[in-house]
Amino acid sequence: MAALAVFENFLASIGRSTLALLASIGRLAIFTGATLSHIVRGPYYLRELGLQLLRIGYFSLPVVGLTTLFTGGALALQIYAGGARFNAESVVPSIVAIGMVRELGPVLAGLMVAGRVASSIAAELGTMRVTEQIDALTTLSTNPMKYLVVPRVVAAALVMPLLVLVGNIIGIMGGYLVGVTRLGFNSATYVQNTVDFLVIGDVTSGLIKAAVFGFILGLMGCYNGYYSGRGAQGVGQATTNAVVSASILILSINYLLTELLFPA
Amino acid sequence: MSSVPKISLKGVTKSFGDKHVLAGIDLDITAGESMVIIGGSGTGKSVLLKCILGLMKPDAGEILIDGQPADSGNRDEFLSRFGMLFQGGALFDSLPVWHNVAFRLRQGSDRLSKAEARDLAILKLRRVGLKPEVADLFPAELSGGMQKRVGLARAIAAEPEIIFFDEPTTGLDPIMAGVINELIREIVVEMGATAMTITHDMSSVRAIADKVAMIHDGRVQWTGPIGKIDASGDPYLDQFINARADGPIESVR
Repeated sequence: MAALAVFENFLASIGRSTLALLASIGRLAIFTGATLSHIVRGPYYLRELGLQLLRIGYFSLPVVGLTTLFTGGALALQIYAGGARFNAESVVPSIVAIGMVRELGPVLAGLMVAGRVASSIAAELGTMRVTEQIDALTTLSTNPMKYLVVPRVVAAALVMPLLVLVGNIIGIMGGYLVGVTRLGFNSATYVQNTVDFLVIGDVTSGLIKAAVFGFILGLMGCYNGYYSGRGAQGVGQATTNAVVSASILILSINYLLTELLFPA
Repeated sequence: MSSVPKISLKGVTKSFGDKHVLAGIDLDITAGESMVIIGGSGTGKSVLLKCILGLMKPDAGEILIDGQPADSGNRDEFLSRFGMLFQGGALFDSLPVWHNVAFRLRQGSDRLSKAEARDLAILKLRRVGLKPEVADLFPAELSGGMQKRVGLARAIAAEPEIIFFDEPTTGLDPIMAGVINELIREIVVEMGATAMTITHDMSSVRAIADKVAMIHDGRVQWTGPIGKIDASGDPYLDQFINARADGPIESVR
């Protein structure tokens, strides 16, 4: 009998976890639908949008720039070392460019901005929830979805392609600096190789990814903050959840988008 | 006087899991009346306010404003009839004081210009005893008492018909609590607004109330004019207003 009770408890805990998971997925789907619906319907808070463009975009430039600069440099070293095994060192400029523009630029920028921005959005909205500021907005005839969520999600989706574009240029420059100063490439040849092998589709695919990642990280920051639990612990948990869920979604959706954009 | 109550609650219930916070609240509040809801912590006083405002959906029951269901009609128009002072002030950290006060007036198609809104905010700040210099400060730069005053100024800025005060004196020293109580009373009388205050501070109750309702076990235990509160004969109310540990209300020690 005791063994049966343990087994029943085990099944019950699986059932509870499954129900909680399904409820979370459902709530996120409803939140996403509501966000999209508010994006296409006014009123729009342009001052808030401008503020978020500045906060999410401009202030993320140093993080994205440094990340891509060092990644571009490391990539050049790795490709040079790997290429040397079959006398293909000359591919460094083209592979650095393609790797940065198609994959590493959007993904690394997405992850870094998720760490910087999704966490800050979740903490801000979570604190607003806990201190009843979100309720206060509602009582002041202002829809919190329109005033808080839409500007943040739209700003993130708009600025991520720009950040990635800048990050791509800096990353390629990182590769160039290492290629020219450490690996003995001729400056003009390096630039020529980069330009020759890169096609417009490489750049646009990266920018599409960036916009999607921006939407995801903005949405996850807002969702977790909006439904934050009570107290400091609730806000802390919301912040962690925002970064973890945004990062996992960015990595998994990156694979799906790559399959879609570059089918094998 | 109209026979239709300004706010009418009929059998309002709300549960969170197994916990039945509101178990059938019936209460009428007449226009222009100041009703104070008292009750111990966790008895659902705040939940009741949030249900009326539509911030929470009751499980059952009816909430009528001027005889009309609260959840019918245009939501923005409905909310524009209310002002609310939140327990912690709930001021927006990212906005200066004047913008907090005039927030509602800067929304919608007939919104005021920045200069007009600022002037009106300063007027309202003066009404609650704050100097114009406060207008450009941020909420984090204000003391608790000043934040409450700003919250009060925001609640009355658009001259609402109904004002809710959620624990208006919590966290304030007795002198500041007295000042806030007086302000609330003066402003409500001056505006002719219908007020609903929730508190467990008896000095607030005596200063603000025309009528009192006590909530216990999710229901209205007693309701009546403030003048009858000391001779109600209700053992629950007696225990509460006299702050006695012994009585029908169980206390955890």
